[in-house]
Amino acid sequence: MSAVIQNLVNQPYKHGFHTDIESDVVPRGLNEDVIRGISAKKNEPEWLLEFRLNAYRHWLTMTEPKWPNVKYPKIDFQEISYYSAPKTKATKKSMDEVDPELLRTFEKLGVPMHERAALAGVAVDVIFDSVSVTTTYKEKLAEVGIIFCSFSEAVHNHPDLVKQYLGSVVPHSDNFYAALNSAVFTDGSFCFIPKGVKCPMDLSTYFRINTQESGQFERTLIVAEEGASVSYLEGCTAPQFDTNQLHAAVVELIALDNAEIKYSTVQNWYAGDAEGKGGIYNFVTKRGLCKGVNSKISWTQVETGSAITWKYPSCVLLGDNSVGEFYSVALTNHHQQADTGTKMVHVGKNTRSRIISKGISAGQSNNSYRGLVKIGTRADGARNYSQCDSMLIGDRCGAHTFPYLQVANKSATVEHEASTSKIGEEQLFYFSSRGIETEEAVSMIINGFVRDVFIHLPMEFAVEATKLLGLKLEGSVG
Amino acid sequence: MKIDNAAEVLDVRGLTAAIDKIGILRGVDLNVRAGEVHAIMGPNGSGKSTFAKVLAGHPAYEVTGGTVRFEGGNLLGLSPEERARAGIFLGFQYPVEVPGVTNSAFLRLAYNTVQLARGKEELDPLEFDDFIRDKMRLLEMNPDFLERSLNAGFSGGEKKRNEILQMALLEPRLAILDETDSGLDIDALRIVANGVNQLHGDNDAIVLVTHYQRLLNYIEPDFVHVMENGRIIKTGDKSLAQELEDRGYDWVAQEYSERAA
Repeated sequence: MSAVIQNLVNQPYKHGFHTDIESDVVPRGLNEDVIRGISAKKNEPEWLLEFRLNAYRHWLTMTEPKWPNVKYPKIDFQEISYYSAPKTKATKKSMDEVDPELLRTFEKLGVPMHERAALAGVAVDVIFDSVSVTTTYKEKLAEVGIIFCSFSEAVHNHPDLVKQYLGSVVPHSDNFYAALNSAVFTDGSFCFIPKGVKCPMDLSTYFRINTQESGQFERTLIVAEEGASVSYLEGCTAPQFDTNQLHAAVVELIALDNAEIKYSTVQNWYAGDAEGKGGIYNFVTKRGLCKGVNSKISWTQVETGSAITWKYPSCVLLGDNSVGEFYSVALTNHHQQADTGTKMVHVGKNTRSRIISKGISAGQSNNSYRGLVKIGTRADGARNYSQCDSMLIGDRCGAHTFPYLQVANKSATVEHEASTSKIGEEQLFYFSSRGIETEEAVSMIINGFVRDVFIHLPMEFAVEATKLLGLKLEGSVG
Repeated sequence: MKIDNAAEVLDVRGLTAAIDKIGILRGVDLNVRAGEVHAIMGPNGSGKSTFAKVLAGHPAYEVTGGTVRFEGGNLLGLSPEERARAGIFLGFQYPVEVPGVTNSAFLRLAYNTVQLARGKEELDPLEFDDFIRDKMRLLEMNPDFLERSLNAGFSGGEKKRNEILQMALLEPRLAILDETDSGLDIDALRIVANGVNQLHGDNDAIVLVTHYQRLLNYIEPDFVHVMENGRIIKTGDKSLAQELEDRGYDWVAQEYSERAA
């Protein structure tokens, strides 16, 4: 393993700073009183408190999943603070009212929100720690009947919708971390696209973990009614801390007849230092339900951060002819660990799914693809295509593929392809023997490797993601 | 062809090199002038390919002694990319496959990088497309291969043609072609050799590393060298290649050891 490649992938985290804003943090630990406290602080209706308490009681009976191909010290759930909100006044009408310190933070991240919103026509629902700070373009979206707001607002302004769909795709009992999230989630995003409406712009949310040792428990719920469509962008980045931080989000998507939801993520949370100290534990449950006929849900993710990523954005293809897609790039470096993939559950007839997974491992990291394709007995004519490619940079990292196929219908077609390649001395020498600098070569090879996934990202997001990979891989060459 | 008073392109003296501390080259001497074609032959493991890679600057090999002058300057002080820009070209025996990187993007980047370094004009994608199609006709290549991934899934013949296409683009002063004939059927061999012949002129030189004489039926060498155990132990004209084909290599080694004794 040449020193050159090492340098290339060992770029320090550029977003590692801590914004100094006073936070309103509840004491550490978890019990029913803490949950009642969170619910009371958020002024929630009784039914939501009940939802939380049910989840909490169920969570107490559960144990952490041990099957992922990742290692980490046992988490003390009583050491986590379950609520943290900036003390600055929430929900601003205009950008001028936003704390300048916050704006500077986004500036450093390269997310000039106002410019971005204006230039790209993107409505940005900013989550800073756990409370929404500002929501733009809301009126414009409201004109066509689209609701795009923080989860808390949705609870107060659209309780019936939230009540109808919350937990309908990821029930509170689904898994250990989903149960924990259901008990203690503080905020998140809510998006509702009514019947027949094509959302006129990409909807975007920036997540950022800020307060040390405050766990983040986002809740996102997106509903597309009959014939509706929406493209939703989620981008994440976090400041540098020494202590591990737990993130256990839940995202639920529901697509009714002929509806389409496209959900894109670029994730760049603090991954820990070069020795593997610190970094975010990203234990996320994301699932989409293609409830209606001809509906379509498409997940695209670019995972570059976090110490540990445990994440399987999935599709339940209930409606006949519905389509699920999963496009993923996961980059791990140093001591990062990723166990990520998808589940495609075919229930309806003629349902189709497509999985394209690209794992890039560098340093001493471990990158696992884990994917389930399940074809139910009624899923006549179901089809799946899976492609899992791994790229190794250097010889101390690992790439693993765990495909699970469960086919209970003879008329189904399931295809799986996998490959492993390596950026090594020979490949780089080939480029340099043609006059090309190593840094440029690595960037070209990586961009080529991820191309099949990046073409599914919205344009401006693809540009950002390309920059992000470049940033992760640039360094002091020669 | 040999030209009187031609400029010296390459001068190698006493070159020794090792990989993982194991000595492979044990004192190579070679002098190459503009316009000449040199063939380096020898049995497997004699150091031919190592010599080619060392000249191109492969980082796995450590030069432990000797000098290499390229157009009068010290070649060993240059990085592989600097060597490429200065006019060294290595045609690989096993070109690497790079899925996802289109051949056209790679070729254009290589071309423009070298052009820029030589103070010449870069080409935009459209101009480059016209330019490369001309060069591809020379090697009877199908245009659709521009959009395929670099060397990925290429047949042996396609890979070697792609190497010579790169030689055509980069216009080297010294082209070192490592086993360019291996894996080629007779038609592909003819096409590749024809391409090399057309690219070769009075101002550049070619070093062919080859195992077999058959390539030399198509590309006529001015000198044939036999490499054995990391040294050039015999040099002759093209008739030596035929003799090696008929008699093998053993007699050369024997002759060499007798002479040494």
